[in-house]
Amino acid sequence: MAGIPHDHYEPKPGIQTWLHKRLPIVSLAYDTLMIPTPKNLNWMWIWGIVLAFCLVLQIVTGIVLVMHYTPHVDLAFASVEHIMRDVNGGHMLRYLHANGASLFFFAVYLHIFRGLYYGSYKAPREVTWIVGMLIYLAMMATAFMGYVLPWGQMSFWGATVITGLFGAIPGVGPTIQEWLLGGPAVDNATLNRFFSLHYLLPFVIAALVAIHIWAFHTTGNNNPTGVEVRRTSKEDAEKDTLPFWPYFVIKDLFALAVVLVVFFAIVGFMPNFLGHPDNYIEANPLSTPAHIVPEWYFLPFYAILRAFTADVWVVMFVNWVSFGIIDAKFFGVLAMFGAIAVMALVPWLDTSAVRSGKYRPKFKGWFALLCIDFVVLTWVGAMPTDGIYPYISLIAATYWFAYFLVILPLLGVLEKPLPQPATIEEDFKSHYADPAE
Amino acid sequence: MFRKIAISAVSALALTTGAAFAAGGGAHVEDFAFSFEGPFGTFEEHQLQRGLQVFTEVCAACHGLKFVPIRSLSDEGGPHLPEDQVRAYAKQFTVIDKETGEEREAVPADKFPANTAAAAPDLSLMAKARAGFHGPYGSGINQLMRGIGGPEHIFSVLTGYEENPACAPDGIDGFYYNTAFANGGVADSCKDEHGLSTVPGSWIAMPPPIADDQVTYQDGTKATMHQMSEDVSAFLMWAAEPQMMARKDAGFKAVIFLTVLASLLYLTNKRLWSRVKGPKKH
Repeated sequence: MAGIPHDHYEPKPGIQTWLHKRLPIVSLAYDTLMIPTPKNLNWMWIWGIVLAFCLVLQIVTGIVLVMHYTPHVDLAFASVEHIMRDVNGGHMLRYLHANGASLFFFAVYLHIFRGLYYGSYKAPREVTWIVGMLIYLAMMATAFMGYVLPWGQMSFWGATVITGLFGAIPGVGPTIQEWLLGGPAVDNATLNRFFSLHYLLPFVIAALVAIHIWAFHTTGNNNPTGVEVRRTSKEDAEKDTLPFWPYFVIKDLFALAVVLVVFFAIVGFMPNFLGHPDNYIEANPLSTPAHIVPEWYFLPFYAILRAFTADVWVVMFVNWVSFGIIDAKFFGVLAMFGAIAVMALVPWLDTSAVRSGKYRPKFKGWFALLCIDFVVLTWVGAMPTDGIYPYISLIAATYWFAYFLVILPLLGVLEKPLPQPATIEEDFKSHYADPAE
Repeated sequence: MFRKIAISAVSALALTTGAAFAAGGGAHVEDFAFSFEGPFGTFEEHQLQRGLQVFTEVCAACHGLKFVPIRSLSDEGGPHLPEDQVRAYAKQFTVIDKETGEEREAVPADKFPANTAAAAPDLSLMAKARAGFHGPYGSGINQLMRGIGGPEHIFSVLTGYEENPACAPDGIDGFYYNTAFANGGVADSCKDEHGLSTVPGSWIAMPPPIADDQVTYQDGTKATMHQMSEDVSAFLMWAAEPQMMARKDAGFKAVIFLTVLASLLYLTNKRLWSRVKGPKKH
């Protein structure tokens, strides 16, 4: 499968050849597991395995939870309490599932930012990046609909606010919103369709993950130097790489075990830390909570949504040139989806010929600022919309767009990159002694 | 470089996300150490039994506990009452039988009845539906050792009744001033020019429910208002999270198992890579 030359599976005469001629499944597994992997991958390359684990964890716990859950407005909240109290191990399953979503997003953000620093999105890995972004979008949709299912106060009001975003689209918005909800407001029809889609989407994600892996197994992994593995011969390639099994499987499993120690400590000792207390109050359409706050992993984009209020000059200008069609609310929605869109388009916005941020002195500073910006957006997304917070949101949201739309295109032209190593082997040897010595 | 950024970003994120849960209101929540807080904390059987007595004799007049099965009173890690006592306890409630549609005495398999008589909220999940602690710096990390703060919130409301403040000596008709209750109305004369309250807490519809010696504890503990409030808060934490002991137990097993596994994988990884990777230069 990979473009990097390496040994392939050789079926022995007999049953192996018989099967191989009919279905080369052993060959596929062998090539996938033995794929040559750059030997200089650092610890930021372990989040993929954590993410794979999360997907399996969510599907397995989710399937069991569904056996005890009832998607009906009058029964959903009680059925969750039934899981928490009466189902054997049900409380652990539910806390694993709820906190598993947080681990999933925690890992995906580190995975994305690793890609942004080391230029993993650059040619020839654009398709891997785009498929990754689709996975991220599907994850957000799945997590949002999953949060509605317990039918607590935050479930209900979160669903009301988020589906309201679609209602902000000029003209067709209210129709789309009603179509999404299955009625004029969040109700039983909404709960049922969200339940159905929450069960469906993880399998779509699984398929996208297979494509994601297929894509980067075709191009080969990126690595901290951003220098490509030599493909001139099998011997050259072997100097730059090690087979995925056992070197990276064991390394990744070790990292996963460490991550899971922290994860199980949270699930076991403070499982409601990342949840909202209001979601232990059954949904009540007549009582709006004082603060409607989305789950933490949505906060950065929620902050961007709220940042562009009607008194911002850009919003006023766009409102004026669009003859009032794009009002502040719709502008916020466009900004939120735009923030993800510019990230998805980064392979074509970054003009630098150098892949890894390691060799880009100016880029490093701007990238560090982007990381801080992301943290600030997460924080300010949870804050009220008065006092100084709207200004912080606006500055942070502006930087997010500026990084992708202005800074990255300009840096490629203005920046003088540092010399890169000729090969991965050279870089590896300059850092580590030869074990034979 | 990246590692540094990643580490600082992650720690900053951990510090900020907890702020998502900061509640409004200047209400005062008293923190004190319940036996069940922290990874090693456990429910105290006798305290839960006393709390059950307070709930039954005082709170149950207006509040329900509709998600809690009566049989769970005999569960280990909970009040752990003998089964015959639970059967006898259940008989005081009347429930509608699902099959016959007729009223009958409750049995342990039934849940505590809902109580909507006084429009009082159900207490099954009250201890988890209120968060008292968000520190340090709004991160909420202190919940690991101190718990979510829900039982402290209940305790503080039960003991937070005070004379009407000077800004509203007559109070609000039909309501009671409580320094720990954040979600009630505030007398207009106690608001500043921005409409913000100048007094801690607000006015609550529930009259002061607990007084000294209101119940007679079977185990001889002196029933002060403080003691009763503490006991019933602990009981309501159990009611909200009856599987807490099982959860912490599972947590410990998982953490220990994974720590051993991680250590073994670390050694395996080190040995495996030593073939191809020497010690780090400089």
